[in-house]
Amino acid sequence: MLKLRDVNTFYGNIQALKNVNMEISEGEIITLIGANGAGKTTTLMSISGIIPPRSGEILFMDRPITGMRPDGIVSLGICQVPEGRHIFPYLTVLENLDMGAFLRTDKAEIKKDRQYMFDLFPILAERRHQPGGTLSGGEQQMLAISRALMSRPRLLLMDEPSLGLAPLIVKQIFEIIKKINTENNTTIFLVEQNANLALQVAHRGYVMENGRTTLTDSATNLLTDEKVKKAYLGM
Amino acid sequence: MIKLEELKKSFLVSVWFMFLTFPIMVIRVNPIEKVVEWRWKNILIVGAGSFFFSFLWRYLLLRRETGRKKMEAGEIEKIPLSRRILTEPKMYIPALVCIAVFASVFPFVFSIYQINIMVTAIIYVVLGLGLNIVVGLAGLLDLGYVAFYAVGAYSYGLLNYHFNLGFWAVLPIGALLGVVFGILLGFPVLRLRGDYLAIVTLGFGEIIRLILENWNEFSFGPSGIANIPRPSFFGHQFSLHAATVYIYFLMIALTLLTIFVVNRLQNSRIGRAWIALREDEVACQAMGIDKTKTKLTAFALGATWAGMIGVIFAAKTTFINPASFTFLESAMILSIVVMGGMGSIIGVIIGALVLILLPEYLRAFSDYRMLLFGAILVIMMVFRPQGLISNVRRTYKFEGR
Repeated sequence: MLKLRDVNTFYGNIQALKNVNMEISEGEIITLIGANGAGKTTTLMSISGIIPPRSGEILFMDRPITGMRPDGIVSLGICQVPEGRHIFPYLTVLENLDMGAFLRTDKAEIKKDRQYMFDLFPILAERRHQPGGTLSGGEQQMLAISRALMSRPRLLLMDEPSLGLAPLIVKQIFEIIKKINTENNTTIFLVEQNANLALQVAHRGYVMENGRTTLTDSATNLLTDEKVKKAYLGM
Repeated sequence: MIKLEELKKSFLVSVWFMFLTFPIMVIRVNPIEKVVEWRWKNILIVGAGSFFFSFLWRYLLLRRETGRKKMEAGEIEKIPLSRRILTEPKMYIPALVCIAVFASVFPFVFSIYQINIMVTAIIYVVLGLGLNIVVGLAGLLDLGYVAFYAVGAYSYGLLNYHFNLGFWAVLPIGALLGVVFGILLGFPVLRLRGDYLAIVTLGFGEIIRLILENWNEFSFGPSGIANIPRPSFFGHQFSLHAATVYIYFLMIALTLLTIFVVNRLQNSRIGRAWIALREDEVACQAMGIDKTKTKLTAFALGATWAGMIGVIFAAKTTFINPASFTFLESAMILSIVVMGGMGSIIGVIIGALVLILLPEYLRAFSDYRMLLFGAILVIMMVFRPQGLISNVRRTYKFEGR
């Protein structure tokens, strides 16, 4: 579904991604783990077009999307849940959700999707008229996820959904991620610091170090890999 | 509710004030007769005055606190009168009728001086509404808005001078030139936000003014352009009084059009994109909103109104020069938007009327204008940071479980 071929991305003169190659097939949950500054977020930004790669190729459904503008990429069905949530603080929960459906015009379907989000996260239904900024961290993350889902993405890019959340909430969010994947067959690309949890929900994983993907395997294999265990799982 | 402690604090403030102002308010040295006058009466006035204002201040703060506590405790929020007038048809329909009647008989009742003042005020209403698109809706702080106003005014002045084009022919051209310049400014500032954006727009406003001031062959420099014709009505030229009334109704019509357009924009797709852009740029991009297009339309649409109003301004005053388009004008329009309430149409209208009409009618206090202006701004920031009338966004009702 998504292929990255020799992608190189720079911030000015600093190279953040070095010949990154990846492949994601439809219906998978893929996780990308790695230390701080390894280039995980940059990979997402390169895919979503916010920081376009300098060289290399990104293919989505066998179609090159390198060099396309971010809004064009979203309209193809790739939606990002940005790191640190970035909900609209002064818009109500409902308006936030409607923003997610900005590119859609099918009103009846949007309404149905809204109801689906409220079934997925009942707490959001309770708070639907509250401004997004007044929600707690966990609720904001739920809102960010459901807002992204409102665009009916085929590929959902998630950047550190566990950031700054209590362990209990994190668990809940990961269960939802699994549910979204199985119920809607949405492909999910999950970037996480919390390698343990991420590998438990994912089918496959990539390990990133200094802008390079150094290891790729099925999630179960990675969980038992000695090197990964030592470096990222703290065992 | 009024505690002794509050009284004591106010008393201390007044003593402190008396002490501070003692040297200038009480002692007066008369160097000719070589005597020192002691004006003890003044200090009593200072003391009483500062006690009164300090106590009033404390009382209002206290009231605001208790009001907030009540709201937090979940007691039913009392809807303020201003909000009720805006939302209840029983109240706003008579209010609208009153305003409409007043606006239509106004030029036949009052003198030409009054009409002129009112036209100026309405010009600022429309300018405020135009800037409101850029600042209030899209959240782009534009300190050079007056540049587009100048573009409109000079396009009428120059096109009339060189090609003898009439008011009605130039009005759309002025609007169009506003759009062109809006986009021209928009492109370089696409990547900027916040303070940086403000600085660049400020610079842009100054560039336009300096060009007009110094490029004598093009714009006749500081001496400006005189004898610009007033608008005609199908070729018919009016007398001075009739022309003023005509411009008055023209402005009323334009205001209604602006209100209609801005109102439609606010609840439209592009309006929602602007609001998203204002709130969070990263999220805005993640939602698939084209940042470039959204910013440019905001600048272009805001500039359209300024360009159009510029043409009318030139026709009204029949004389333009760069002195009418200084940074102070931009600051004035921005204050109208901020004071009225960002993003709120009625707020901006009231803000413009207050800020333009009050100084006209309070000419007696013109020495204290800047002092009052400062005081009002401070008081506003403490008691009504959201502006006189805050924006009531359309709320969506969700029928579901």
